[in-house]
Amino acid sequence: MSDVPAAAVELELRREREATEKTFVGFWVYLMTDCVLFASLFAVYAVLHNNTFGGPSGYDLFHLPYVLLETFALLTSSFTCGLAMIAAQKRDKRQVLFWLGVTFLLGLTFLGLELSEFRHMVLEGNSWRRSGFLSSYFTLVGTHGLHITIGLTWMAIMAVYTWKRGLTDQVRKRLTMLSLFWHFLDVIWIFIFTIVYLYGKIGV
Amino acid sequence: MNALFAFDLLGRLGWNQFPTNPIEMGGAAAIVLGLLFVLGVITYLKRWKWLWKEWLTTQDPKRIGVMYIIVALVMLLRGGGDAALMRVQQSISVGNNHGILSASHFQQIASAHGVIMIFFVAMGLMFGIINLVLPLQIGARDVAFPFLNATSFWLFFAGMALVNASLVVGDFSAAGWLAYPPLSELRYSPTVGVDYWIWSLQVAGVGSLLSGINFMVTILKMRAPGMSLMKMPMFAWSVLGSMSLVAFAFPILTVTLALLALDRTIGTHFFTGGAGGNAMMYVNLIWAWGHPEVYILVLPAFGIWSEVVSTFSRKKLFGYTTMVWAIWTIVLLSFTVWLHHFFTMGAGADVNGFFGIMTAVIAIPTGVKIFNWLFTMYRGRISFKTPMMWFMAFVVIFTIGGVAGVLMSVPAIDYQVHNSLFLVAHFHMMIVGGVVFGYFAALTYWFPKIFGFRLHEGFGRLAFWFWSVGFLTAFVPLYILGLMGATRRLDNYSASLGWQPLFIVAGIGVALIGIGVAFQVVQLVVSIWQRDQRRDLTGDPWNGRSLEWSVPSPAPFYNFIKQPVVTVRDQFWADKQSGKKPMQEYEDIMLPKNSGLSVVIAGCAFLFAWGMVWHMYWLSLLMIFGIIITLVVRSMNPEPEYRLTAHEVEKLENARKRQLKTYEANV
Amino acid sequence: MNKQTKRILTAAFVLFVGIIVLTGWYLSRHTIPVLEPAGPIAQKERNLMVFGVLLSVVVVVPVFTLLGAIAWRYRESNHRAKYSPDLEGNRILETIWWCIPTAIIAVLAVVIWRSSYALDPFKSLSSSKPTLHVQVVALDWKWLFIYPNQNVASVSEAAIPVNTPVDFEITSDTVMTSFWAPQLSGQMYAMPGMETQQNLEASKLGSFNGWAANISGSGFAGMTFKIKSMSDAGFSTWVASAKHSKRDLNASTYAVLARPSSYVPPSYYASVTPTLYDTIMLKYMMPISGNTVPVSTEAYQ
Repeated sequence: MSDVPAAAVELELRREREATEKTFVGFWVYLMTDCVLFASLFAVYAVLHNNTFGGPSGYDLFHLPYVLLETFALLTSSFTCGLAMIAAQKRDKRQVLFWLGVTFLLGLTFLGLELSEFRHMVLEGNSWRRSGFLSSYFTLVGTHGLHITIGLTWMAIMAVYTWKRGLTDQVRKRLTMLSLFWHFLDVIWIFIFTIVYLYGKIGV
Repeated sequence: MNALFAFDLLGRLGWNQFPTNPIEMGGAAAIVLGLLFVLGVITYLKRWKWLWKEWLTTQDPKRIGVMYIIVALVMLLRGGGDAALMRVQQSISVGNNHGILSASHFQQIASAHGVIMIFFVAMGLMFGIINLVLPLQIGARDVAFPFLNATSFWLFFAGMALVNASLVVGDFSAAGWLAYPPLSELRYSPTVGVDYWIWSLQVAGVGSLLSGINFMVTILKMRAPGMSLMKMPMFAWSVLGSMSLVAFAFPILTVTLALLALDRTIGTHFFTGGAGGNAMMYVNLIWAWGHPEVYILVLPAFGIWSEVVSTFSRKKLFGYTTMVWAIWTIVLLSFTVWLHHFFTMGAGADVNGFFGIMTAVIAIPTGVKIFNWLFTMYRGRISFKTPMMWFMAFVVIFTIGGVAGVLMSVPAIDYQVHNSLFLVAHFHMMIVGGVVFGYFAALTYWFPKIFGFRLHEGFGRLAFWFWSVGFLTAFVPLYILGLMGATRRLDNYSASLGWQPLFIVAGIGVALIGIGVAFQVVQLVVSIWQRDQRRDLTGDPWNGRSLEWSVPSPAPFYNFIKQPVVTVRDQFWADKQSGKKPMQEYEDIMLPKNSGLSVVIAGCAFLFAWGMVWHMYWLSLLMIFGIIITLVVRSMNPEPEYRLTAHEVEKLENARKRQLKTYEANV
Repeated sequence: MNKQTKRILTAAFVLFVGIIVLTGWYLSRHTIPVLEPAGPIAQKERNLMVFGVLLSVVVVVPVFTLLGAIAWRYRESNHRAKYSPDLEGNRILETIWWCIPTAIIAVLAVVIWRSSYALDPFKSLSSSKPTLHVQVVALDWKWLFIYPNQNVASVSEAAIPVNTPVDFEITSDTVMTSFWAPQLSGQMYAMPGMETQQNLEASKLGSFNGWAANISGSGFAGMTFKIKSMSDAGFSTWVASAKHSKRDLNASTYAVLARPSSYVPPSYYASVTPTLYDTIMLKYMMPISGNTVPVSTEAYQ
């Protein structure tokens, strides 16, 4: 590589930079479309949240302490994801793997708690079949849970990549996108927590 | 949950799902035989390897564009066939004579006609043309994400395959092209028809959304050096506007289809008549996507008109800046008008009034563009080749349809003509006159750039005249019929109403359009046959203005030897005026490697959807894993590019020049 | 202009005139309900249409004229025309063609706002006569009309007294469809679990065609009805003869009526269970038990 002219190397670097920029812009645009997706689900929830068809409402069903636990798990996982990214910047592979693992476990906890909540409701007869309200609740929260599942899958794959290939440019690029995704899901959860659970409990 | 693990391997599939009446069997036979014919020809010519290597796994947007257009044109034949059947039925089904189609079959055909024309013809032509033209126009070699681009096409193909599969096994939705609930709910549409509708649109819709992201990033990040946004060709601006709409609107469609699917599959109550469902919410959601969708389709067509009019008038586009503003005004406003599709749903005077006013307002930037085009022609030197003739027809038809639209923006007027054939005439004039004619003009205009020879002008003109006269004959009577009380989608009507003569006239119009289509086919065949006489030897057959005309025809797969540097708008025109010749400097070019994984992903998507339609949930689950695994496999490949060295480029260019010399000798 | 072009243009012109004549003859021999209103609402709606068309002419005529004139004058074979390849803008022209359409749309906006209120289907019509209430239920695939104050019901036919305001209260016991009698008024959607209204009045005697204007299943083309406007005496006779029908409209006869059928000829019911209409709507909003009205146990599916 030593006799490659400087201009060619510069060209390569510029191309790499442009490729990275392109990818990030594309990923941001994708995240915005995902935002519209969730916005539509929130709109549906807003329209249907009082359509209990004689059945229980959010006020009857939601347990705020439980939801607080879920929220704590997810928000902490966002923090540990941030720590993983700092470690990635420092090229510290072991730290990345550690914090990624913690994030994964916290995410899994969140998912487990959520699935348990769903299971409890279904077993009591309050499944998505009962009313428009419950349909929209399960779908909004469930779609978020589905995104979390996809995020966890992606996280596991990225952990394997990090372990096998180390913190190459491409691996770090992908980790950045994953963390963007993860933080985005966290933001969506904050909206869910507020609009679904908090508003539901104060009976708005 | 039980169904997932039930060993009900074939779900709802059964022998009774195959068609039994003659017309349906004819349709099924056409699809099956057509497919077998194509597969047979490829096998006979021993071209499977070539097809796989050169076309099916390609990442070259020009080839992807050609594939989109081929699929779209084939679907045009099917959608047109549906239209012809509808016209025949409505011409003869009067009083006790219920025509050749049962009511349910007629309604399926009507629904399929709309779905095919919008999702597979219009969207297909649009994405096809954008793929062909956009990278060249902005001086790029490719789109931002070539693999995603290919995947989008194959998802589109999978959606198309599903719609056509519905002709062979099962039935299609009979609930209209937008499948309003509660009619589209399980209770009133228990067969697979609506499920086919949901999943073919969902799969194709994901492809569209990915393309929207792709082309947005392409325009924002991959323009040639020196090409600021305000130096881009107007077509590129219109694509940017349209793709922004795609990014914002398609997720709404994804959600709406998913919710209807949930209602039909796991018993949710989003849109059911009772249990807390809200069918009006569906109408709002689907049109919150649906209205931007029509602007998604028409904006690139407007961009095409800007290119065509300025090229064939040999003049700069009049009012470039205002045209850009008009595009973005339309983009923004298109999200504020959706309720005009259901003024009659009883929202109340204030809501109706607001949306009515916004609808009227959006007519302003649209109308302004027409004046800009007219004044581009003013003091130009207008050559009336086929693309320009399509433009003339567009102005006439679009204006008439636009007037009808402005009338309907007044809620109190709309109360009378909503859902009548008056409405049908209006939107066909906008979509056919605006979108389809625009895409036809684009096909003629850019054909030489992609294939290296021009289309036969004479047959093009014949096709144009039959299309235009036929279209007016087919749709002007519909305005009258609407005012006479004719609702859309009727499979029978009373003789005393006196509607039959008008339906017959409309039927004649469709026949004329059919002749027009026949001439388009003839044009293609003859042009290919006579291609040596029609070679485009210069790469610039129309005396064009933008960068795509600066490369030879057919455009090489790497587009440019070296990315051009841009300093002004219409750079190529300026270069021609100043006598500047293109440089012959060669450099190494990085190009994406072919990949069959896009086909695999789409195949998995098709089978996933198949499983959902037929309740073979084990298959759908398996296919989800298939897609995940394919994506992981794709991600393992760190450098899906290959290097075309400068030396190789030089060799290719020299070979091309030698080829040109033989063409010159033949002409 | 060469001879061939002249011939083609003449032929086109003759054809065009011929089409206009034929169309005029055809139109004169047939009723165009939207353009031949028989009531004040439909009349105002038609007047709006005429106004809208006239307003549009202000734009359409210049556009077509310009198109023809510019295309003709600046065709490339006309070497006398001036060629200005770099002419790319003109502030004055652009201002004109932004301002004039904006002005037209501004006028239209005012008309839109006002007419939305004036012709609001939910608004009762003012009159010295008391409003007649008719409850409308869309079924598969026919229309049921219940007269709560007269205690009769009819299918596929509604009688109304002339020059009397009528308030149609509309719902559906099937899917979403639309209630449309164009000679009397515009249409209004009929939706399960919802009630919409169409207030109208007939100013002429006669029988006016009605259609279902939103696809509702295979029998929907047969979901036509007639509104008959009669004198007050005629209306009383109609009610009286309905009272002489053999059937009453109650839960079980309603269940029979609600079974899918199409192209249903007019029929009548001598009396109506008072709570029937409300229960039809309510069952979509609240779970209803017991044997009140549900048409089918799948009502919630």
